[in-house]
Amino acid sequence: MRLPAPLHVYLLRHVQVALNSLGRLYRAPLASLMTAAVIGIALALPSALYALTVNLQRLGSQWDGGASLSLFLRQDVSLDQARALEKKLRQWPEIGRLRLITPQQALEEFRQLSGFGDTLDLLDKNPLPAVLAVTPAPGAADATAAAGLMQRLQALAEVDLAQLDLQWVKRFQAMVDLVQRAIWVLSGLLGLAVLLITGNTIRLEIQNRREEIEITKLIGATSAFIRRPFLYSGLWYGLGGALLAASLLALAFFQFSGPVRQLATLYESSFRLQMLSPSGWLALLLAGAVLGLLGAWLAVSRHLAAIEPS
Amino acid sequence: MIRFDNVSKRYPEGRDALQAVSFHLPAGAMAFLTGHSGAGKSTLLKLIALLERSTRGQLFLDGENLSRTRRRKIPFVRRKIGMIFQNYRLLFDRTVFDNVALPLVIAGHRHQEIARRVRAALDKVGLLDKERALPVTLSGGEQQRVGIARAVVNKPPLLLADEPTGNLDPELSRDIMHLFEEFNRVGVTVLIASHDLDLIARLGHPQLQLHQGRLLTPPALEPA
Repeated sequence: MRLPAPLHVYLLRHVQVALNSLGRLYRAPLASLMTAAVIGIALALPSALYALTVNLQRLGSQWDGGASLSLFLRQDVSLDQARALEKKLRQWPEIGRLRLITPQQALEEFRQLSGFGDTLDLLDKNPLPAVLAVTPAPGAADATAAAGLMQRLQALAEVDLAQLDLQWVKRFQAMVDLVQRAIWVLSGLLGLAVLLITGNTIRLEIQNRREEIEITKLIGATSAFIRRPFLYSGLWYGLGGALLAASLLALAFFQFSGPVRQLATLYESSFRLQMLSPSGWLALLLAGAVLGLLGAWLAVSRHLAAIEPS
Repeated sequence: MIRFDNVSKRYPEGRDALQAVSFHLPAGAMAFLTGHSGAGKSTLLKLIALLERSTRGQLFLDGENLSRTRRRKIPFVRRKIGMIFQNYRLLFDRTVFDNVALPLVIAGHRHQEIARRVRAALDKVGLLDKERALPVTLSGGEQQRVGIARAVVNKPPLLLADEPTGNLDPELSRDIMHLFEEFNRVGVTVLIASHDLDLIARLGHPQLQLHQGRLLTPPALEPA
């Protein structure tokens, strides 16, 4: 006996059912679009936040002022020795910018900023040390690299105290971590929402096609056969929602990239807003498809068994 | 083809629809199932199609003990049965062709095979020119013939019909019954539940008479 359904016929059947389900959604464009839009918004929110944190992290590591160090030189280091040290440090690849503040300059600065000018005149000698203000190179600006740099600088003979101003880098990192954690929670909740939306839509579809389901069961359709079009509907809803989410993200990107560039220019930074990576886009589509399919599966397994012909 | 051994069916609410029914319908036979409404005709047909399960006794279809059929196997039992209903049960959003093709699609046949068999079935019921029509545009008699084409399209060994002429006038009813006789002539076993007694008497096939869930006259059923 020849098998009624070789593999290619089976696959062809799947393609037919998939297209059929798509056609069914197309014939009710408004309802389908609304469901897809809700799913799209639910997917776009966590994706946008994710893109935001990726950009924030880039910002944190790119920013020239990410970490700055102050090297207070010992009092007995002469100005010539300080200049020599400055020259030497310029050769270090981890060091981006370097500025020598002589005791004289420091005193002037202090005089101007503090308002104790007259009092300072009473001192018979300048108590301030020479200071080297160090800004790490862009590649060495994150917290750990900066701390390593500080230790090496501290070990120099001329240096009395190397002070690393890491505070705000750490705070920034902590904030990004917090936002990332929030994204996970939000993604979970909105993923659940997508699951419920698809599940409910498919449940309504099952109810609308009750008669058809009964008849096909009467004629000898297996559960898999009856399930299939609904699962494909769920898949299309999820995929459609993901595509909408992607469009929303792209739209938001084009809206924001100009102003962000302007702002960055004002801060003399070369920072540019970056979109999701190709794998990020792929993950978004995949997440939509899987959630849609899963939601449909939940509805189908709960409601199809309840429909029996009589 | 069908054998009932002391089959009883009690519905959950306590009504005894069938009580100790025994009969044997050999392959190739054609018989009528008669009785007042509520006598258990529909229940008997439902047991054969596994739409209901018997509470006692055993029934066999084509040698298979249906009392033991697992839930997952039910679709494959139903594929051996062409079912015809009083209200036709067609899909009204699909063409005549698609309605008739449904059992073949479910069974997973090739496209060309489906088209060939659907046209053959429509030809037999005289509706070949209506394959693109939607069921609502057809008369009651035509709709029932679509239902019959759908029932025979995958060549099942058994046809079950539940009041197939219940909504049709006498002339159309006779045509439909003759159609069943034609299928019976090529070897299909046919069991028709009906209370159109005049028509049944004229056709002269054996009768299974149900009265309050019991079989009145255990008849000698011979292949036609």
